[in-house]
Amino acid sequence: MSVFSFTRFYAVIAKEFVQMRRDRLTFAMVLGIPLLQLVLFGFAINSDPRHLPTALLVQDRGRLSRSIAQAMANSDYFDFEREVSTEEEAHALIERGEAQFVLQVPENFERDVLRGDRPQVLVLADATDPTATNVALGATEKLLSRVLDDELSGPNAWLRSSPPAAVAVVHAAYNPEAVTQYNIVPGLMAVVLTMTLVLITGLAITRESERGTMENLLATPVLPAEVILGKIVPFILVGYVQAGLILIAGRYLFQVPMVGSIPLLLLVTFVFVVANLAVGITFSTLARNQLQAMQMGFFFFLPSILLSGFMFPFRGMPVWAQYLGEVLPITHFLRIVRGILLKGSGLAAIAPEIVPIALFALVALTIGLVRFRRTLD
Amino acid sequence: MTGPTAAASVEPIIDVQGLTKSFGTKVVVDAISMKVRPGEIYGFLGPNGSGKTTFLRMLCGLLRPDAGTGTCLGYDILRETREIKRRVGYMTQRFGHYEDLTIRENLEFVARVYGLPRRREVVDEAIERLGLEARQNQLAGTLSGGWKQRLALAACMLHRPQLLLLDEPTAGVDPSARRDFWEEIHQLAAEGLTVMITTHYMDEAERCHRLAYIAYGRLMTEGTVREVVDDAGLVTYLVQGGDQQAIAAALRREEAVQQTVAFGEDLHVSGHDRAALEAALRDALGGDVRWRPIDSGLEDVFISLMRRAEDNFR
Repeated sequence: MSVFSFTRFYAVIAKEFVQMRRDRLTFAMVLGIPLLQLVLFGFAINSDPRHLPTALLVQDRGRLSRSIAQAMANSDYFDFEREVSTEEEAHALIERGEAQFVLQVPENFERDVLRGDRPQVLVLADATDPTATNVALGATEKLLSRVLDDELSGPNAWLRSSPPAAVAVVHAAYNPEAVTQYNIVPGLMAVVLTMTLVLITGLAITRESERGTMENLLATPVLPAEVILGKIVPFILVGYVQAGLILIAGRYLFQVPMVGSIPLLLLVTFVFVVANLAVGITFSTLARNQLQAMQMGFFFFLPSILLSGFMFPFRGMPVWAQYLGEVLPITHFLRIVRGILLKGSGLAAIAPEIVPIALFALVALTIGLVRFRRTLD
Repeated sequence: MTGPTAAASVEPIIDVQGLTKSFGTKVVVDAISMKVRPGEIYGFLGPNGSGKTTFLRMLCGLLRPDAGTGTCLGYDILRETREIKRRVGYMTQRFGHYEDLTIRENLEFVARVYGLPRRREVVDEAIERLGLEARQNQLAGTLSGGWKQRLALAACMLHRPQLLLLDEPTAGVDPSARRDFWEEIHQLAAEGLTVMITTHYMDEAERCHRLAYIAYGRLMTEGTVREVVDDAGLVTYLVQGGDQQAIAAALRREEAVQQTVAFGEDLHVSGHDRAALEAALRDALGGDVRWRPIDSGLEDVFISLMRRAEDNFR
């Protein structure tokens, strides 16, 4: 009897499309916000992240190499999480985002130092997030010279010289010039989608109540699922328009490199868009009026901007904030967008980030369906 | 105008017992029982906030009663609300269609939501009946009150319901549109549709087959217009001439006078005891004032009922 009806579902979709078309203000907001944000966020916010996950690739077994690794581990900038034995492994860790740095001490490092050949210590960095990387890299150079000063004593003290006996060479992967826009623009895609979609759908159901159309709607045989899904579908399209707008602007206005697969990005965007719409609709079922729905939207939007790694480097945040951030869909989508656009990540690399978004969408949608008021009580 | 006489053998369209609904600590509908028979136009009267709208909403599944049981169109009002919704046309007090949709789009939405076959034809017919062919692409929000009301009626009739619940459908509608509206309601009732309608207008109340009057959530009286008037046992005198204000003030001090109501140049004076009332009139009125007994009207009765409700329940 209460079976989902595609006719009724379509009735809601068709109505929402017409209303969307007539609502000029919302339409302007949908197109204006992405453009405005793109212009406004032309700058980056500095911070001092610590405890960055770092992998160790030590190809020299000498005492000096150990000391360097130890000194870096002792600073709060780096957390040595694992040791790898090949460069391929190191690169894979960076691509998956499990390590932000790989410290590579080359073969015969100690011997070369003692010979006065001034060998290099290579720091491979995931520079998609340049603010996080720069500070840590500065620290690396200081650490290196201090370790060498300490270690080179007694007969080797003559090596304590300037220029230093070993050099730290930084290889900033993915974003070699550390251009902030490369990080911000893909991030904006996530932020704009979160902001506009949650707000627009947040108003969807409260507006029906405020305009007095809800009573009529509830008096018909329409089911909550038909209303909720019917209200979501038109805005999926809106989400794609916005995503396209930002990608085009990113490509041609900010010359953001896009090395990965755009179709893959657009595919994953679907999950993210639905997650945000589900949040908005759920707020809409919880709120008593449009104002409340707006407030809930902002309540959601704030942590989305602050705790997701958009504004501040994710790994610079305290652990509890990181856990909170992990719950938000935008945190995972940021990694996906930056991963695909800047690193050229494939499906395998981003799959672990899709799952939490999908789960979030499912939970939000379920709450919305359960909370949808079937009566005027 | 009386309802169908073979009523006892006919299944009632609405049959509820002890319906109660509170919001917070305020009891809005207090144990109302009611039977409405097929083809009846059932008028529902009472002051603002007396619980009329809440009662209608409980009938069509928009509100869940706190207590009470009953059926609407043979379906349980607690458990089978979806079946009821399919067969009931409910017209809300406030215009409840989309103002940013055109007349045609609104009707098409309703047609789709009820899953009506031959949607285009059904909508075309409705627009033609409304006489709105020329304005079918006009936004509903730009319509005048009378047209909005006609659109709302057309929309709630679209799925050919067996029962119409109309919540103050003629509020703010001009007299000629109201007359047309009632013509249509009587036409529909003659075709077998049952209509429950709330109103504040006495002339509309008199056009109903049966009436109920509620105040403070309680059913005060129920029946045909004649029954309602007779049951009230109200005696009314018409007083003409003299200083009406002073007369009314003097009469209100009399024990036997329950109420005085001004009708233009005339004054209706009502009470329950004919002998005592006549005595009071004779005492209070001078020679230049004419007075004679008349039949109590619905309005006299409703005012009396409202006073009684205020005394008892407020």
